Amino acid sequence: MSAEILDIALFTSVAALAATAVMLVPGVALAWLLARRRFPGKAVVETLVSLPLVMPPVATGLLLLWLLGRRGPIGRLLETAGIEIVFTPAAVVIAMAIMGLPLLVRTARAGFEQVTRRYEQIAETLGARPWRVFTTVTLPLASRNILAGALLGFTRALGEFGATIVVAGSIPGRTRTLAVGIYSFTETGQDEQAAALLAISIALAFGAVLVANRLARVD
Amino acid sequence: MKPPHRPFESAQFEFRFSLTQGHFVVAPDLSVNARSIALFGPSGSGKTSILEAIAGLRTPQRGHIAVNGRVLFDRAAHTDVPVRDRHIGYVPQDVLLFPHLDVRRNVTYAAPRRPHADLDALASLLDLSGLLDRRVASLSGGERQRVALARALHSGPDVLLLDEPLAAVDLARRRRILDALLAIRDDLGVPIVYVTHSPDEARAVADVALVLEEGKVVAAGVPNDVLP
Repeated sequence: MSAEILDIALFTSVAALAATAVMLVPGVALAWLLARRRFPGKAVVETLVSLPLVMPPVATGLLLLWLLGRRGPIGRLLETAGIEIVFTPAAVVIAMAIMGLPLLVRTARAGFEQVTRRYEQIAETLGARPWRVFTTVTLPLASRNILAGALLGFTRALGEFGATIVVAGSIPGRTRTLAVGIYSFTETGQDEQAAALLAISIALAFGAVLVANRLARVD
Repeated sequence: MKPPHRPFESAQFEFRFSLTQGHFVVAPDLSVNARSIALFGPSGSGKTSILEAIAGLRTPQRGHIAVNGRVLFDRAAHTDVPVRDRHIGYVPQDVLLFPHLDVRRNVTYAAPRRPHADLDALASLLDLSGLLDRRVASLSGGERQRVALARALHSGPDVLLLDEPLAAVDLARRRRILDALLAIRDDLGVPIVYVTHSPDEARAVADVALVLEEGKVVAAGVPNDVLP
C-alpha cells in the first residue's frame, strides 16, 4: 500500500476525530437545550440542526462555500484576520462537523430526555448547584447516548463526501479524504488506489460498528 | 454529626399554604411543635405534595412554610428558598439512588469531602458498612431505603422528609430502621416529617399525626387520639 493511500487514511481519520471534537461541546449543549429548555425560536433551531441530514450534502457544501468563501459573510471576517478556510484541511473538518452534528444532537437529546428529572431534583435537595447537578448526574446518566451520538457523528464524518468536495476540494496531500479519494481515483482510472481506499473504508466502518455495538452492550 | 448540647425537645413546623393537585387543593393550615410529624392518609390525599412543597420541588400558589423558625417559602414576602439551600434530607418513595454511583458515592454525594468518620458512623448506624462498595443495582429494597436515608443524612439536614420509607422493607427489618430513625432524630436532633398510610408506623415514629383527606388536614394530634 502506497504512502499516499496511508496518508489519505490517516488524514481522514484525524480530520474525522477533530470534527467529532469540534461538534462535541456545541452538540451536547444544543441537545441539552432542545431536551430541557423552552425558548423562542426553538423550532427554528431544531430544524436548522437537522437540515444537513435531509439536504443534499452537496447543497450543504455549497452553502458552506458561500459562507466561508472570501466574499462570504464569515469568510470576509476571517480574511481580515488572515485566516483562510476554503480548500484547506480546516474546511474538511468543518464540513465533517456540520454533517455529523445532527446525528450527535438527535442521539444525545434522546439521552437527556430519558434522564428522569427527579434524579436532578434529588441532587438539588442535597445542595448541588446547577453545574454540579449537570456534571455529576445529568451528563453521566446521558453519557451512553452522548457516546453513541459522537460515534455516529464520527462515522458520518469518516464517510463525508458531498459537502467536503465542494468546500474543500480534492487536493492530493491536503484535503483529499477517503470518500473524495475513491471518487477522484475512479474518475481518473486509478482503480488500484480506489480499491485500496475502499478496503480501508470497509475496515474503518467495521471497527466503528464493532465499537458501537460494544457500547450498546456494556452496562 | 455532633450530638446537640441539650436533648432534642421539639421543632416548630408551620405549614400554611395551598397547592393545586389534580381536582383538589392541598391546603394544610397549622403550626405544630413536634420531634416528628406523621402525615397519614390514603393514596392521593396530598401527603407527598406536602413533602415536595417543603422540599421546594413544588411551589404553592400562596402561603407560608417554615421549619424551626426558618422561613422556606412565603408568597407574600416573595421568599422562595432554592431547593439546594433548604437543608432538607428528602427520601422520596421511589428512593432514587443515583444508578451510576456506588453506595459510598451515593451516600457522600452532598458532602464528598466530609471526614470519613462521619460516613463510618452513619454506615454503622444504618447497617451499611458491608455495602459501601456495592453497585446500587445489586441492592435489595430495604438496603436501598437505608442507603437513601444515609445519603439524606450525610448532608447534615435541618429536617428529614421521608415518604413511605418502609414500604419496600420486610417486616423483620422495619423495627430496626424505625429504631435507627428515632436514634437519628433524638441523638442528632433532626426532626422528621414522615409520610405513611400505616397507623402502626405513624404511632411508632411520630409525636403528632396529621390525618389528610383530599388535601385537607381533617385531624391533628397525638397519634393514639387521631389515628384509626
